[in-house]
Amino acid sequence: MADKELTTHHLVEGVEAIESVPWINIKDLLLDFVRGLWEANPLFRLVLGMCPTLAVTTSATNGVGMGAATMLVLVGSNIMISILRKVIPDMIRIPAFIIVIASFVTITDLMMAAFTPELHHALGIFIPLIVVNCIVLARAEAFASKNTIIRSTADGLGMGIGFTFVLTLLGSIREFLGNGTWFDIPVLTGIMEIFNYEYQPMIVMILPPGAFIGLGLLVAFANMIEEKRKVRK
Amino acid sequence: MDNVVEILLILVSTIFVTNFVLARFLGICPFLGVSARIETSIGMGMAVVFVMTLAALCAWLIERFVLVPFELTYLRTIMFILVIATLVQFVEMVIRKTSPALYNSLGIFLPLITTNCAVLGVALLVIQKEMDFFPMLFFAVGASAGFTLALLLMAGIREQIVHARIPKVLQGAPISLVTAGLMSLAFLGFAGLVKM
Repeated sequence: MADKELTTHHLVEGVEAIESVPWINIKDLLLDFVRGLWEANPLFRLVLGMCPTLAVTTSATNGVGMGAATMLVLVGSNIMISILRKVIPDMIRIPAFIIVIASFVTITDLMMAAFTPELHHALGIFIPLIVVNCIVLARAEAFASKNTIIRSTADGLGMGIGFTFVLTLLGSIREFLGNGTWFDIPVLTGIMEIFNYEYQPMIVMILPPGAFIGLGLLVAFANMIEEKRKVRK
Repeated sequence: MDNVVEILLILVSTIFVTNFVLARFLGICPFLGVSARIETSIGMGMAVVFVMTLAALCAWLIERFVLVPFELTYLRTIMFILVIATLVQFVEMVIRKTSPALYNSLGIFLPLITTNCAVLGVALLVIQKEMDFFPMLFFAVGASAGFTLALLLMAGIREQIVHARIPKVLQGAPISLVTAGLMSLAFLGFAGLVKM
């Protein structure tokens, strides 16, 4: 378990000083952050938020962009909901969460339209659709509405990075096989040119089936690693 | 006559060519979550058809008569999600009254229609494509019919998969995703294998 690896004595003295403040617990904070990376990775372990993952990962760049946008919303809404958690009545908490999330999505949408118009165009309706990404609402309901602001921030960052990681990985694989490039650098095509072969891209990887099969195999691969880890323990 | 052809084209293209689940990747969560049994899928499909058509209609009306005249288009996302959440609540109440059995079998997935990307997706798409009233209506009907079709096909396959011997790491989500991939490959036959 990560519990044992992440005890406080691994950390520098300065951090220990912070930990003496009663309401910041560095160990909890690190655990909250690390959980999203693997133990409860949104895509590998929880299998949430599939729509954007499958739709926009035709290239590694799109994957990073979508991941970053989702992370921004996730962290923002986690912080805001955590601040408001004692104000929001229990009965109407879900609509309230959705409004908070929708506001952050609108902010992200407008910011991306202003600063990264190309990416904004490539991601299309999947930016406003972050609103209905199950991960964001799930974290709001399961974590941010019950925990402190700092812990919720750590949780949002961890989940966001875990999500971005899988998106980038899937995007890289699909772009590499389906187009012969990686972040628009002609890797595979370049290598093949050295040997005087013309690379025939596996177009199916860029097309919808490639997304389903690619993610399916990735999740299976993650399961395999998890099995190995369990056996080792 | 032209109109009939146009409507038929919209229906065929939304159901088969750009199927909402298999080509546009909208509504994957319920697609993987509810599709374990055919009966539940039919119920879910019907609820989605109803909600999606109503959502597209409401979104179109709001966009045309509220957001554009008052220059509030930046509030689109918030506005649409609110309308959809209300609609889902309404459908939930109707189903609970009319068919308790269906209500029980749909369980937690009915509230989840709110966070079904297909519903918000159809609302955003009809606005993005600047459709007129009737094309919009048939786009929504076709899109939700396509969703239901994919859901039913998947449920049929998964009822068989249960009896198959699957490697342990592939059980659950991975095998469903690979199955969906193969279905999507089959659906590509409607469009021809062209680079998008």
